[in-house]
Amino acid sequence: MDKFTTLTATAAPLNVDNIDTDKIIPARFLKTIKRTGLGKSLFADMRYNADGSEKPDFVLNQERYRRAEILVAGDNFGCGSSREHAPWALKDFGIRCIIAPSFADIFFNNSFKNGLLPIALPEEICATLREDAAMGGNAKLTIDLARQMVIRPNGEEIPFEVDAFRKHCLLNGLDDIGLTLEHAAAITAYEAKIPSWQPKIQGA
Amino acid sequence: MPRTLFDKIWDAHVVDKLGDGTCVLYIDRHLVHEVTSPQAFEGLRMAGRKVHRVENTIAVVDHNVPTSPGRLTEVNEPESALQIATLEKNVKEFGVTYFPMSDIRQGIVHVIGPEQGISLPGMTIVCGDSHTSTHGAMGALAFGIGTSEVEHVLATQTLLQKPAKNMLIRVDGKLPEGCSGKDIMLAVIGKIGTGGGTGYVMEFAGEAISALDMAGRLSMCNMSIEGGARAGLVAPDETTFEYIKGRPFAPKGADFDAAVAYWKTLPSDAGAHYDKIVELRAEDIIPQVTWGTSPETVIPVTGSVPNPADEPDEAKRAQMEQMLRYMGLEAGQKIAGTKVDVVFIGSCTNSRIEDMRAAAAVAKGRHVADGVRVLVVPGSGLVKSQAEAEGLAKIFTDAGFEWREAGCSMCLGMNPDKLTPGQRCASTSNRNFEGRQGPGGRTHLLSPAMAAAAAITGKITDVRELV
Ligand code: SF4
Repeated sequence: MDKFTTLTATAAPLNVDNIDTDKIIPARFLKTIKRTGLGKSLFADMRYNADGSEKPDFVLNQERYRRAEILVAGDNFGCGSSREHAPWALKDFGIRCIIAPSFADIFFNNSFKNGLLPIALPEEICATLREDAAMGGNAKLTIDLARQMVIRPNGEEIPFEVDAFRKHCLLNGLDDIGLTLEHAAAITAYEAKIPSWQPKIQGA
Repeated sequence: MPRTLFDKIWDAHVVDKLGDGTCVLYIDRHLVHEVTSPQAFEGLRMAGRKVHRVENTIAVVDHNVPTSPGRLTEVNEPESALQIATLEKNVKEFGVTYFPMSDIRQGIVHVIGPEQGISLPGMTIVCGDSHTSTHGAMGALAFGIGTSEVEHVLATQTLLQKPAKNMLIRVDGKLPEGCSGKDIMLAVIGKIGTGGGTGYVMEFAGEAISALDMAGRLSMCNMSIEGGARAGLVAPDETTFEYIKGRPFAPKGADFDAAVAYWKTLPSDAGAHYDKIVELRAEDIIPQVTWGTSPETVIPVTGSVPNPADEPDEAKRAQMEQMLRYMGLEAGQKIAGTKVDVVFIGSCTNSRIEDMRAAAAVAKGRHVADGVRVLVVPGSGLVKSQAEAEGLAKIFTDAGFEWREAGCSMCLGMNPDKLTPGQRCASTSNRNFEGRQGPGGRTHLLSPAMAAAAAITGKITDVRELV
């Protein structure tokens, strides 16, 4: 997993509450065998017309937000199913951080597992950040994970909370697998003690 | 301190502990199938990782394969064909043992594990499929995982897990004629509800469980997930050891004896603590059948569809009304006598040789009712060939039943075997959710003997009237 230390990037404002996982990535795109390539289907129903053409009003279709890496969203972001396709699609589009008043539980956890930082901040602050974001690429936000600060274009610093364990994993680029591999020696030691009668699956 | 079967397996697999009670848990067996593995292998490839221990890993195709007799030459649905081709590419690249469609050992992942002696007592077993709980009947801790966890197990042979709570389901007494493990389990779910086991691992014990054969225990553990539990468990005993002996991947000779000596230490200690205990009497059980779209909506075949008007809770009442509408049933009607269009005998719940025998015993010398389609789908190529050798296949085909190739088939609408909207099906599978067997399809869950009875009479029938 990529390390997440500091990020200075364009933020896109998406002032809609209850963006569910079906809005993030509609079910018809789930039959894929890949976790990459979902970015083009991100927010498909909000982003495209039935004929596949872009809806010009949708924020990510506007030129200045096409390379946005931060999303400032509405309340209860990511509710719905447990599908990991939702963080996969956001990541694949290029989003690395989502700021919202609150997140649905499973989405929140799935995001960390996929190197995406969700930051929960009170609605008034989100509203301010959405105003900053509305200025487009001229007004970048900075996320300093080590210091747990969101830095506004005017330099004001806004502190945020993050679980210490999750922070450690993001700062060091450790996904759950990376984290577990820190215990590789213990795994090897365990395997050395597996009784010899335990059969191996071999030879197809 | 006295420990439960679950505690013992858990303790034996803790590799390391993280601060907050999360454990690095070692996984002995990882079963892989075509639907939930592609992104996991892709993740490995992207990170430049390999499969940590291929000798703990086995792959098979089951969910998406056609079960028609000519399937090897037929063209499959493109998305299914792609998932199968992707698995074949991945097992080759990563060196994983694999049973393809053309292999007689191919079958439903939860059937072939025990059948091959791959799933053994005391093991931790995972698969990217919720019905992995099935393997708990071997006395193993077995549970379903998501795609990220599939990748995690492939890369590390472990999972990050917290222990579950212990629940004991005790069934004493003697099971009446015409009833099976499936009926016990449906009765359990009817009693505790689909959320009753949430947060628990369910251990089944008592005289009636000890008396069950492995097929009966497997179908009970299979449906523990339908009762909300993470996993189901039955302590290994002589029935288990007898079943394992001589299976292809089971330990042999002195290794087998060493294994049995260890397995005998696994059953829960006297006085071990359970966080919840549920008790049932086996002799009270009557063949069960579901009327709604949740496995907990179960009644004895002698019973009637409940009336939503009797339900005080408003949300539940609305839900019942919706279920009746979807199922096309009237409140208060007798469930027996309800006409069916399709009968499905198969799935990881009931597609083992014992299930085939139970269905054949009812079908023998009889004929399917007019206008009813019956699919009999063995759980593996080996079950199929054994059923053919025992003459069961002939009984089915003489009765006008379709005898098919191994796979998940009509358990879920993911391969060509589907219900059409409005069709009513008597099914030996485990889920009766809306659209599970095909959009608009109506599912009644029941045992293999009950399914065969429905096939013969064309309606839901108390099998005890036919034997
Ligand atoms: S038979 Fe049904 S429940 Fe079992 S693994 Fe296949 S699809 Fe899942």
